[in-house]
Amino acid sequence: MNNHADSAVHQIHRDDVGAKMGMWLFLFTEVLLFGGMFLVYAVYRYQYPSQFHLAAMELNTAMGTFNTIILLTSSLTVALSIAALQNGKKILSLILLSATLLFALMFMVVKYFEWTAKISHGIYPGSPELLAKHNGQILFFGLYYVMTGLHGLHVLIGMIVIAFMIVFVARDKVTTDNYVKLENSALYWHLVDLIWIFLFPLFYLIQ
Amino acid sequence: MANDVAVKSFYQESTNKYSGILSWLLTKDHKRIGLMYMIAILAFFVVGVIIGLLMRLELIAPGRTIMDAQTYNTLFTLHGVIMIFLFIIPGLPAIFGNFFLPIQIGARDVAFPRLNLLSWYIYIIGAILVLVSLFLPGGPIDTGWTFYIPYSVRSTTNVSMALFAAFVLGFSSILTGLNFITTVHRLRAPGMGFFKMPLFVWATYATAWIQILATPVIALTILLVILERTFGVGIFDPALGGDPILFQHMFWIYSHPAVYIMILPAMGVVSEIIPTFSRRTIFGYKAIAMSSLAIAFVGYLVWAHHMFSSGMSDTARWIFSLLTFIVALPSGVKIFNWVATMYKGSIDPQTPFLWVMNFIFLFSIGGLTGLVLGSLATDIHLTDTYFVVAHFHYVMFGGTGTIFFAALHYWFPKMFGKMYNKKFANIAVVAYFIGFNMLYFPKFIMGYMGMPRRYYDYLPQFTIYQEISTIGSWILSGTIFFIIGYLIHALKYGKKATSNPWGGVTLEWHIPSPPPLENFETIPIVTHEPYDFSQLKEMKDE
Ligand code: HEM
Repeated sequence: MNNHADSAVHQIHRDDVGAKMGMWLFLFTEVLLFGGMFLVYAVYRYQYPSQFHLAAMELNTAMGTFNTIILLTSSLTVALSIAALQNGKKILSLILLSATLLFALMFMVVKYFEWTAKISHGIYPGSPELLAKHNGQILFFGLYYVMTGLHGLHVLIGMIVIAFMIVFVARDKVTTDNYVKLENSALYWHLVDLIWIFLFPLFYLIQ
Repeated sequence: MANDVAVKSFYQESTNKYSGILSWLLTKDHKRIGLMYMIAILAFFVVGVIIGLLMRLELIAPGRTIMDAQTYNTLFTLHGVIMIFLFIIPGLPAIFGNFFLPIQIGARDVAFPRLNLLSWYIYIIGAILVLVSLFLPGGPIDTGWTFYIPYSVRSTTNVSMALFAAFVLGFSSILTGLNFITTVHRLRAPGMGFFKMPLFVWATYATAWIQILATPVIALTILLVILERTFGVGIFDPALGGDPILFQHMFWIYSHPAVYIMILPAMGVVSEIIPTFSRRTIFGYKAIAMSSLAIAFVGYLVWAHHMFSSGMSDTARWIFSLLTFIVALPSGVKIFNWVATMYKGSIDPQTPFLWVMNFIFLFSIGGLTGLVLGSLATDIHLTDTYFVVAHFHYVMFGGTGTIFFAALHYWFPKMFGKMYNKKFANIAVVAYFIGFNMLYFPKFIMGYMGMPRRYYDYLPQFTIYQEISTIGSWILSGTIFFIIGYLIHALKYGKKATSNPWGGVTLEWHIPSPPPLENFETIPIVTHEPYDFSQLKEMKDE
């Protein structure tokens, strides 16, 4: 029956353009999520410009810069891993993906040290030290924790996704001629990177 | 159709190797997922109605009747949360969108079938979280469904859990929206240009855009409230420099567009039903399609009309008031086009059509009283009174809720292959109309006289109106249970429905009832305009 032949075709139906379109739409929602955060930031920055300036002095610009470089590099490696896979170089692709994962891990470690340093100085939401400061500074650090925290969560999710991609490439589920999953994961990773590019100046460079 | 008998329906064939309940729980078939949504959503709707009944019972006499103030607070919150997040927002898109959007554009399924199933599970998880929050220590949430700061931070009830549930439900909504947009862009059958799509598809498409554009903002807002409760960050706390009104802005930036998530698909259904029962092509197809997009767009810019009395500059207030009046325009465009469609049509007043008449009446009252609330001077008098309660029930329940039943009666024979008892159904339409107006119209009068919303007690002069309203609630809920009853009865004992009982011409009426597993034996090639009734003759010969 041609009915059956048809459904067989449907089972292996593949639509890479569609898959990417879905991913872009999803990224759009992520942009809006952080967009809301940036809006809140803008409101309070406008309200307390000098306090924000003061509070930003307490952040460690060197660590922030280091993290920016790491994250940018990881975006490069993930992009290269797609190119490698397209050219049939599976091993190279795997190496590049692992490098991406490693960079992401480094980012998180640096973040960890930054946060713990701040917390050990008694600067965290609700701490007596912070509450003694001016309102603008309280909000600055509140936003700092919320926004970098939310971003950190995205880095973590990105790491999980990339770990999956490593497994998929290794097991030939993602291959030279079927790599839309990898592309979508890379898109996500670029977004995580992009958001950081905005967070970095807004918190570290406004001193 | 002759081959009706030969084709197996999607009930008999499944996308996986399992049978029984697992073949449903693991299905990728958009029709089964739609039905699974239907079961879950109807169940919550019934719970919401029962809570509504309890509240109305409390209000039958002044003073304490069957519950204390705190119980009333938790009940109206739960009623609001269930009705908004679990019933009316997912209602039409998740059930009928899932079932009919792919069929109407000539596709075998949505673009991401697995994601579709995942959305259902996320919905269920969110719903379970709502239920769990009721029973944890601390007690059920009592903030009202709007979660206004500062009370939502101070309340000792399980606010965080309930908020998190709403967050999760938002995810489900986003994923469904994303799925539909991609489906419409990628899976239209050959010949099905954008301007040949049925208007229900257009409406669902516009809705999907709002879903993905607005939901992230509420997700963030909810997240911030949870963080505020757990860590005291200070973003909404004036003692720490924050601004509680900012919460209201962020909340309504989502929740106002959400109102259009509720109403647009309903308008889409109306645009399907009216041509079918007027046997006439829709008047102003493009205007209707475009007005959906216009509503989706302008709907973004009116959020602050919920906040006229919460502290904004006068300039902001009149601008938002003006914009609010502007949104009424595209809605008006639709109403005029519907009426023009019926003009000189050969109207066949069957049950779904009668439901639509119900809708037009109730929704018009809701819409017109919206204008009263949208103008500054009157709003200051009426805000936070029963007038608002009456207004939004007329819009959401009288609008979308009524169309929910219209859609159910219109597509029931297609979905289940059975026909319900039309006499019962027509009685239900009338009873619904009477019950509805008895329940909510007195609320306009009480609101005008100054009865505030969210009170479990009231002054004696309101007694008569409150009594009428409570009796109305019995009639209305009785009708709803009656409807559910005769529909379930029809599932088993109903007459077998033909593939095209109403004489519709959109693609779902070209295939057997209930549809086969992948909808079409061969993907159709679309040559006709969506509401071209000259096809009816060829369809008979098919
Ligand atoms: C038979 C059905 C229903 C009855 C008897 C009913 C009754 C009520 C009552 C008594 C209130 C509280 C008014 C107050 O004290 O302020 C209320 C609030 C509300 N209802 Fe309904 N209702 C019904 C159906 C619906 C439906 C279908 C929807 C949504 C589509 C809905 C949405 C709401 C919302 C959002 C609130 C406000 C909750 C809050 O103040 O936080 N209701 N309803």
